[in-house]
Amino acid sequence: MSGHSLPFILYEEQHKHIATVIDQLAKDAMSTAIFLIDRNGQLIANSGRTDAIDMTSLASLAAGNMATTGGMAKLLGENEFPTNCLEGQKENLHISRVGSRGILGVIYDVDRSSLGLVRLRVRKATAVLEQIFEAIERQSHAQMQSRVGGSTPLSDISDEDIENLFMD
Amino acid sequence: MSFINYSAKEINCKIVYYGPGLCGKTTNLQWIFNQISPANKGKMISLATETDRTLFFDFLPLSLGEIRGFKTRFHLYTVPGQVFYDASRRLILRGVDGVVFVADSQIERMEANIESMQNLKDNLRDQGYDFDKIPCVVQYNKRDLMNAASVEELRRWLNTKNPLLADFEAVATTGKGVFDTLKCIARLVLRDLKKGHQG
Repeated sequence: MSGHSLPFILYEEQHKHIATVIDQLAKDAMSTAIFLIDRNGQLIANSGRTDAIDMTSLASLAAGNMATTGGMAKLLGENEFPTNCLEGQKENLHISRVGSRGILGVIYDVDRSSLGLVRLRVRKATAVLEQIFEAIERQSHAQMQSRVGGSTPLSDISDEDIENLFMD
Repeated sequence: MSFINYSAKEINCKIVYYGPGLCGKTTNLQWIFNQISPANKGKMISLATETDRTLFFDFLPLSLGEIRGFKTRFHLYTVPGQVFYDASRRLILRGVDGVVFVADSQIERMEANIESMQNLKDNLRDQGYDFDKIPCVVQYNKRDLMNAASVEELRRWLNTKNPLLADFEAVATTGKGVFDTLKCIARLVLRDLKKGHQG
């Protein structure tokens, strides 16, 4: 490949584990909705009332926000600002890092929950999510090392499969 | 960095449109957005200044179909072209899987093109990428203008790799060359991913 970082490969079982953690977080933090994304803005999982929200756009903007505040932190001599709290009139958004690869967003109603509660619950959930992310990373790494054919959707696709995507 | 999601059966990739200010990066995305059916696209987000210059990025999520049961999703981003937004450009290159370099064909913009190409190489290196290895295509935009330099001239300054990068003539305002460029970079990204998984 191009010398860049490993692909992030998420398997069904890991996804279920993540979904369980963020579903529990949604309840514990009394939040409106939760989303977990990778640091490049790809949505990994969400929970709660997300139907009315454009989650793809939100994921991209949240990743941009974290990247920007990270850049500002470095200018100020900090390693990073791992948490961002955005306050609205009705809804607040708490965004925080999960290890080096993930970003967790918690949307909560100011009348139902509080920053203190969200922070407390996020800290607990983040510790579990970080372990899952580490496992995913180890697995991705092992897979790329062994390069076992047929074990990723990309390993056995043909040039013809790719060309078929672009048939007019 | 591609993201393969077995649960959602998706392959997600990131493509960045790079180039000097006012070369037509946003216009490329707007054309794609206007032509793609609603089922295959999300909202286009533009973080722009009051004068419609890109401030941080434009973003357009696209779906290009399925490969072996996996949906292929491409997130298209543009960078702000103006020289002083370099910190933002570096951030947007994070996790990139492929780059489209959009050049402004006008002879007066040759220096800006060269500077931007050099800036792309520097910023890719800063993010741990190798320009010689990452999938990249070049688009010579604004071919309809009277003051456009010849393609040979543009190639001499901007496409110096051996073998040459795939390159396309375009008029992004009318759509000419826009989809050819997109298809080419998407194809290169998928081939690169496939290669990486086969060893």
